Amino acid sequence: MSAQSSNANAPSRELLEKLFRTAYKIRVFETEGIKLYRQGLIRGYFHPYLGQEGIATGVCAALKDGDYIASTHRGHGHCIAWGASINKMVAELLQKDTGYCRGYGGSMHIADIKAGNLGANGIVGAGTPLGVGAALASQVKGSDAVTVTFTTDGASNNGTFMESLNLAAIWNLAFVLVVENNQYAVSTKIEESTREVDLYKRGLAIGVESYQVDGNDSLAVYNMTKDAVEKCRRGEGPILIEAKTYRHMGHHVNDPGKYMPADRLAYYKERDPVDRARAALTEMSGIDQSEIDAIENEIRQEFEAAVEFSKASGEVTIAEFREFAAAY
Amino acid sequence: MARELMYRDALREAIDEEMERDSSVFIIGEGIAERGGSYKVTEGLLDKYGPKRVRDTPIAEAGMIGVGVGAAIAGARPIVEILYVDFAMLGMDMLVNQAAKFRLMTGGDGRVPFVMRTQGGTGGGVAAQHSQSLEALFYHIPGLQVVMPSVPADAKGLLKYALRQQDPVMFLEHKHLYMTKGMVPDGEHIIEFGKGDIKRPGKDVTIIAWSNMIPRALEAAAKLAEEGIDAEVLDPRTLVPLDKAMILTSVAKTNRVVIAQEAVRRGGVASDIASIIQAEAFYDLDAPIEIVAGLNIPVPFNLELEKASVPQVDDIVVAARRTLHAKPFALAAE
Ligand SMILES: Cc1ncc(C[n+]2csc(CCOP(=O)(O)OP(=O)(O)O)c2C)c(N)n1
Repeated sequence: MSAQSSNANAPSRELLEKLFRTAYKIRVFETEGIKLYRQGLIRGYFHPYLGQEGIATGVCAALKDGDYIASTHRGHGHCIAWGASINKMVAELLQKDTGYCRGYGGSMHIADIKAGNLGANGIVGAGTPLGVGAALASQVKGSDAVTVTFTTDGASNNGTFMESLNLAAIWNLAFVLVVENNQYAVSTKIEESTREVDLYKRGLAIGVESYQVDGNDSLAVYNMTKDAVEKCRRGEGPILIEAKTYRHMGHHVNDPGKYMPADRLAYYKERDPVDRARAALTEMSGIDQSEIDAIENEIRQEFEAAVEFSKASGEVTIAEFREFAAAY
Repeated sequence: MARELMYRDALREAIDEEMERDSSVFIIGEGIAERGGSYKVTEGLLDKYGPKRVRDTPIAEAGMIGVGVGAAIAGARPIVEILYVDFAMLGMDMLVNQAAKFRLMTGGDGRVPFVMRTQGGTGGGVAAQHSQSLEALFYHIPGLQVVMPSVPADAKGLLKYALRQQDPVMFLEHKHLYMTKGMVPDGEHIIEFGKGDIKRPGKDVTIIAWSNMIPRALEAAAKLAEEGIDAEVLDPRTLVPLDKAMILTSVAKTNRVVIAQEAVRRGGVASDIASIIQAEAFYDLDAPIEIVAGLNIPVPFNLELEKASVPQVDDIVVAARRTLHAKPFALAAE
């Protein structure tokens, strides 16, 4: 599978604009969210997806309504790329009743079951079996839905990875495992947690068609996922895609990430997925700068409006919570 | 003589002293070596003991706990640090079916000098999968010892004792306690398991608590004192083995009991302690035993709801008052 497209299937302006919008929206959500966190408006854990936007963006653009995704503890990007309401996401981070999980879940647990988003997960590795389970349910029900689980380099060393991928393989499930290899598990470099840093090879070992892609190139990710999803719909799944990338900062808001070598960080920042999505849009679609500015403005305003909406929203009352507890 | 130390520093001292004393002690965990652990308990140990004895692991809890158990069986003294007790759930087979069973299944020959250090409890909105108090799960399994220190001195003394044990120890710290301070005796300081501590003597009501419920119980006792109620605060420190003698002696003196745990009430350790008291000291009781515990629900992210899900100081105060008015009365706080 190649990321290069021939002229015959040159990406449409619509697709390019969608990729850029999504990537930029994630960027705004994370950078502004970090500010809210620093102001003390967001509590608990906040793991930014900065630098990895190309993956969620490219993958989700290749899926359709009725499909499923399962996410990681770094889940905001997946949620946004899946088309989530920014209002409900911000409200969740601000612990409000209007949030996706009514303030019960928080950053690591945003889910939208009705929309097929099985949610972020506080347990590293737990999303993979859940995603395989969704693919199994689709097979049992005779639906053509495909499930994508986003997982991570760290999670690839957890037993859940091989156990569930193997199940998906022996049952030919319509399942795509996207391994976001950002090369760190908190501060532990990938070289310190595995001898084989090309993680797609793990799929090969158990007979799963597996590929590697540049995770900072949303178009390449899109193309590869699209092929994988089509195969899955034809009953030729599962497929593993390893997307190489790099975080732009530490593990969470309070981690300065000093262990990340400056030259390496600079290398990846030069290949910033948001800039690349913007450049692809500009170069391939003939869009002009004012239109780009307009898109960016619109997205910023959407975020600002979400903050206002969330601030004005109420929280679940203690009385209501006690009722919930009594019935749990 | 004693010095003031933070809970986390007391834990580090214990590990350091035992590593120094016994070259078979080693520690493995996620980000514990160069980074010194998320809660800074293992800072500096890598420099002192090197990468053979202070090792980072991948995210592989079942494997980590399992290899720890295996190393213990083979005569080393592993400490496996699991970042959050919630993640220990991935290693339950190794704890429940392997570590806890090995001694009996080998007719008493096989010993498992294994220590799992981890932390639990609520604090700061880290939500349902990072806030649980799971001691009852381990408490239920014969073969596992369960330790829950509430103050730095106990943390140090109990961890040193744990590292000289022949059987598996679940050493459960609390995320809210790491930065709390307390006096720790100088020199060799070891606390045997099964010996509780009276954190505050009193004569009117016995409050049994552990881990992060101890500071709350002490605060409750101070409030009760303002009302002329003299509460005795007991900290069993180890739930398995449990210092029954301390509890029964106190009940005989006060005739009233409140048990406070952060864990959810259903199937909890408090219920088991209550059952022990009613079986062995029923005629000492002047009032029903009060249990103050977490609601039977996962911990919510929202900070107000998080607070409402686990016992606060006033919940303990109210329960203690209730024991002094043998007939429960309507309570303003509820
Ligand atoms: C089972 C489990 N173990 C440990 C953790 C603590 N933890 C949270 S994120 C993280 C590192 C994750 O690294 P990786 O899986 O590569 O994902 P990334 O953060 O790089 O996106 C760790 C160790 C956890 N949440 N769950």
